[in-house]
Amino acid sequence: MTEQHSKTRPVASAAELIADERVKQISPLRRALIRPELGAICGTILVFVFFFAIARNSGMFAPEGVLNWGVVAAQFAVIAVGACLLMIAGEFDLSVGSMIGFSGIVIALMSVTWQYPVWLAILVAFAIALAIGALNGYLVIKTGLPSFIVTLAFLYILRGLTIFISISTTRQTIIGGVREVAAGDPLAWLFGGKVLGWLFVWLADLGLIGKFVAGPRAGQPVVDGIPILIIWALVLVAFGHVLLTRTRFGNWIFASGGDAQAARYVGVPVDRVKILMFMFSAFCATVFATCQVMEFGSAAADRGLLKEFEAIISVVIGGALLTGGYGSVIGAALGALIFGVVQQGLFFAGVESSLFRVFLGAILLMAVILNTYIRRMITGER
Amino acid sequence: MSQPLIELIDIEKHFGPVIALNGVSISVMPGECHCLLGDNGAGKSTFIKTMSGVHKPTRGRILVDGSEVAFASPRDAMQAGIATVYQDLAMIPLMSVTRNFWMGREPIRKIGPLSFFDFRKANAVTMEEMRKMGISLREPDQAVGTLSGGERQTVAIARAVYFGAKVLILDEPTSALGVRQTANVLSTIAKVRAKGIGVVFITHNVRHALAVGDRFTVLNRGRTLGTARRGEVKPEELQDMMAGGQELAELEGSLGGTV
Repeated sequence: MTEQHSKTRPVASAAELIADERVKQISPLRRALIRPELGAICGTILVFVFFFAIARNSGMFAPEGVLNWGVVAAQFAVIAVGACLLMIAGEFDLSVGSMIGFSGIVIALMSVTWQYPVWLAILVAFAIALAIGALNGYLVIKTGLPSFIVTLAFLYILRGLTIFISISTTRQTIIGGVREVAAGDPLAWLFGGKVLGWLFVWLADLGLIGKFVAGPRAGQPVVDGIPILIIWALVLVAFGHVLLTRTRFGNWIFASGGDAQAARYVGVPVDRVKILMFMFSAFCATVFATCQVMEFGSAAADRGLLKEFEAIISVVIGGALLTGGYGSVIGAALGALIFGVVQQGLFFAGVESSLFRVFLGAILLMAVILNTYIRRMITGER
Repeated sequence: MSQPLIELIDIEKHFGPVIALNGVSISVMPGECHCLLGDNGAGKSTFIKTMSGVHKPTRGRILVDGSEVAFASPRDAMQAGIATVYQDLAMIPLMSVTRNFWMGREPIRKIGPLSFFDFRKANAVTMEEMRKMGISLREPDQAVGTLSGGERQTVAIARAVYFGAKVLILDEPTSALGVRQTANVLSTIAKVRAKGIGVVFITHNVRHALAVGDRFTVLNRGRTLGTARRGEVKPEELQDMMAGGQELAELEGSLGGTV
């Protein structure tokens, strides 16, 4: 009964397929709009319009105001890049905040309390952080447990260890005096201080930005350089974006998060990709920690609290999918920018600062709803 | 007749106390479509996983081009030209067609010491290979999620062929598809065969098997019940062998011969 039947079944020809009347052409505008970052772009515009309307005269958009929220946004961006690549690879790292506190204490303890050179302290902190990141990844891969649980354990382990180490060696949870020992260090300048100071002197001489008219710094420009943290943020965002979208490794990150088994079947080294991304997340947390220690001149055991969630929120506002396999570093950076502008903008606008969280929650919700809609358009999910 | 591309002789696979395969033999000739039929639990999956290097056989020999091999990993099997297209694991829907097509084998363009994904080459090749298989893409960075199930199978087959598969193992490529999409996949199989590639087509649908198959091997309870050539066997016989005969004959009677 069956052989005859199946042999006579019409087999669609190529020509028939090419002119598929059910594939609608989409307009170039629509194509330009449907991208993972759209939600974050809209959010950024909205936030800027909002604060331009209510806080235009507060100095928020003057050079020193821009630097003010720029630094805060850069802080979020540094950790968001690590969280973004890791999330696209299909995993979470909830230990970012604890890692910030831990790395900071390691640097201060080694350089101030034990009086090793600062560059050595920084290198050791990075080495330990990368090792812990690798351990996080190794445990997730070997046990097959959700990274949510494994890194939640490290959130507590690292925070507890940080406080314990700090108290048992110095009897306090804050270690100061880093700035003094870091003076003239060959590595510390990479994480503290400001760059391009000459540019601002020149701009001030041209009259493009203001100068102090009185006080001890009279005659100097009101902005004396770009904090190096902003440079770190820009470099990490550029690096993450190029890595993700323009390299073979980037394709492996997408594949590992999209469907680890399918990726393994075609030879993608999924385990290596995921472990490296855990290490990169720990690296970003330590960059954040080192910059913070150099800026404040001290380390404290409670630094970095809740940073893991702020990083994840930035990434999600930026259009990444919580389940992995989809997202954008540029989006995550815009998410961090929204975060910074809202946090500092409310201060400039003189609004009660507790409203920050309300505002942020609302933006998160709007961005996620918009992103879900865009993603359906891109991927054809229904 | 020429030498088989791959030959598996008396393969046995035990998982602890469970004997999943108990003596399975098949061979695949160049340009042949060899259908492997069997009901659920007959050992089809275990067998193709053995063939593609996921499992090591407990006993038995695997010959590729006449010489004995032992695959340590799926990568080894791929190196030897044995490519497997899994039913549900073929493609990652969130990624673009190009990214899927080149996954694990991305072309590289060097700029100084840095190497980048060569999208220009990747996109051009992807569009061309898809066109050969009769799929017109709107654009190469279209997500695979926007393709139909049959098109996804076709992309996976085109990928395997482009990367030099000599033997293509298709794990139930038509079982989740509609009539027209099934026809498309079957016509893709015909195109692949025409290139001299051996196809192992796993299915439990006798009609799909008879549409493209040259030889038919039926698996039942971990054994081969024999191999038949096209024309030597009736669909009803294949159906009976797959199900173990007797009970199905009774069932079929009550269903009016439609199974």
